[in-house]
Amino acid sequence: MTIDNQNCATCPAHNLANLVKLGIDMSNFDYVVALAGNPNTGKSTVFNSLTGLKQHTGNWPGKTVGRTEGGFQYAEKRFKIVDLPGTYSLLSTSDDEEVARDFILFGQPDVTVIVVDATRLERNLNLVLQVLEITDRAVLCVNLIDEAARHKIYVDDRALSKSLGIPVVPTAARQGIGIQELLRNIHDVATGKYICKPHRLSSEIKNVSNAVDELNKKISKAFPHLPNTRWIALRLLEGDQKVIDSVRSGEIGNLKPVENFDE
Amino acid sequence: MNKTEEILSTANKLRWEVGENIHDSILESIYKEASNIAGQVVTRTGEKPKFDLDRFIDRLVTGKWTGFPIMLILLAVVFWITIVGANIPSGWISFLLVDSIHPWLKQLLVSLQIPWWINGIVVDGAYLAVAWVVSVMLPPMAIFFPMFTLLEDFGYLPRVAFNMDNLYRRVGAHGKQALTMSMGFGCNAAGVIATRIIDSPREKIIAIITNNFSLCNGRWPTQILIATIFIGGAVPPYLAGVVSAAAVVAIAVLGVVFSLVVSWGLSKTVLKGEPSAFSLELPPYRPPRLLQTLYTSLIDRTIFVLWRAVVFAVPAGVVIWLVANIRIGNLSFAEHFIHWVDPAALFIGLNGVIFLAYIIAIPANEIVIPTILMLTALTTRIAASAGAGVMFELDSAADTAAMLEAGGWTVLTGINLMLFSLLHNPCSTTIYTIYKETKSIKWTMISTFLPIAMGLIICFLITQIWRVIA
Repeated sequence: MTIDNQNCATCPAHNLANLVKLGIDMSNFDYVVALAGNPNTGKSTVFNSLTGLKQHTGNWPGKTVGRTEGGFQYAEKRFKIVDLPGTYSLLSTSDDEEVARDFILFGQPDVTVIVVDATRLERNLNLVLQVLEITDRAVLCVNLIDEAARHKIYVDDRALSKSLGIPVVPTAARQGIGIQELLRNIHDVATGKYICKPHRLSSEIKNVSNAVDELNKKISKAFPHLPNTRWIALRLLEGDQKVIDSVRSGEIGNLKPVENFDE
Repeated sequence: MNKTEEILSTANKLRWEVGENIHDSILESIYKEASNIAGQVVTRTGEKPKFDLDRFIDRLVTGKWTGFPIMLILLAVVFWITIVGANIPSGWISFLLVDSIHPWLKQLLVSLQIPWWINGIVVDGAYLAVAWVVSVMLPPMAIFFPMFTLLEDFGYLPRVAFNMDNLYRRVGAHGKQALTMSMGFGCNAAGVIATRIIDSPREKIIAIITNNFSLCNGRWPTQILIATIFIGGAVPPYLAGVVSAAAVVAIAVLGVVFSLVVSWGLSKTVLKGEPSAFSLELPPYRPPRLLQTLYTSLIDRTIFVLWRAVVFAVPAGVVIWLVANIRIGNLSFAEHFIHWVDPAALFIGLNGVIFLAYIIAIPANEIVIPTILMLTALTTRIAASAGAGVMFELDSAADTAAMLEAGGWTVLTGINLMLFSLLHNPCSTTIYTIYKETKSIKWTMISTFLPIAMGLIICFLITQIWRVIA
């Protein structure tokens, strides 16, 4: 593996050979990847093709309500991947949405992969935009392009990537199409080779943006270790009771990165 | 703490400045932006096809008049295939494990000069219980689970939920309960965990309590077997398969009815409130992947359930052998117990053997039927040569029926056993899961004992009606 050469490193065939499915062996991982998305977009199928696990995939919303974890190795880096429950939004308060939201926010994954259904892109983008409010580093996986093609729907992934500010990879996970491309992008975002410039709506609504900035300053002063204080500020402005409570009790400052995060 | 109060008061102040509807305006801008972006990047070529197969199927399976009949017919076909198909391999496995290996093992231990009681506990107790669990349960599961998984993969279960949603809302429960109920058809513990998709705590508890009314993996084989023996046995042979499949469907439907009635009762009394709204997305139909389905349903479900049953069968087998062989006076411990509870049990149309079997089988629903068979064999002493507590050549459901009838079983006992198997406490795993999800001893207790109370009452009523009519 070490003999040759830089040239091959960009070749897809080489990269695919680089994928080592680690299943549930997640020791000594270098990066943490979260897998988010609407129900029924094939998230679990993507998860399985990355990890080689055979987690049951049902054509069935609400199949995954907890977190499932697995691992893979790519380009000599070890990744731990966490399959989050499928949700339509991150703004309501049911348990499954909270699991997803808390993990993206407090688990501080190195990359969040958002899986969307190419045939229902508009509806799925609502969640994508919400996730991008929370995290800087994300990869969009436009799954089920085979089904979309059957319905004569085509998604311009380059334009989409430009408007969202994150890499976009079209896939058909059931057939294994696009998985190596997805891996490369996960790797690039994790290692910082690709710098995301995510689309932030809250910074576009003017008076909201100002208020968020003001509040944000205070929060980051009080809780210097907290990731993404902007989002906390936004939630406080919206009056999210759970976030208010956890700020009041100071509990929010105790949240630590991934290793200590548990349901 | 000062800092945090300052943050909160700033937030309050700013909230007034930006206006109360910040949540809505953010949501609105998200939706607007999503449709904006989608409009730019999505192209559709060609017209929408005139005939959309997905829509056509949906119109049929979720139709006002066609939805429920199709649901029942599909279920019935699945059970019919299971019932008709399971009998033959069941005979083969029991020939191998019970008729061939069992005497050989027994002989082997005798020739090794092992004391008779060790021989009894190990071979007649533990081994036989495992052999029985495998031969009774493996074939129906290996046929039923792949078919069920295919339906699930294809996307049919959300349609079931769609059909049921309206009913659940009308009884004051959450529409998503229809989903967790369908999940419970696989495993109640999984169904209870799935109630996390329900936002409101009130509706979540209703969904948890009533999940037990969905027949689970452990109880399908029980239902199928009892239906085959008693209901199928009571009609002419050419009708047996169809009628017993119909009986299982009836029990499953009855379970759904109970879950509706109990949900209604709870939401009108201790768990009052308005049902909350939600949207249910019908996923597109996807062609099931046959090999993957076979793999997951065989490994994840069949082997998993069977393994669990085997694990519980070993100690249960030992207990069965012991209660059958420890004598107090002239009779074994089991016979004492059975005679003691028989009057009460017969009063509600069951019998002492069933009670004892449920006590021994508390850890897992799966081993109830094998336990009942072993206990019946030992108390009726059909056994010709070997001692008490040993099962004999029951190659087919017909032989099983012959033995049970000798033990005083009737069609009524069969019906009541099916009902009681539907209405009794959840298995230990589910009870533990309920506790973990609710963190409340009160609701765990209610979920555990409510079904038992209902089971006893219903069996009693059925028996009284039966005796009046017959």
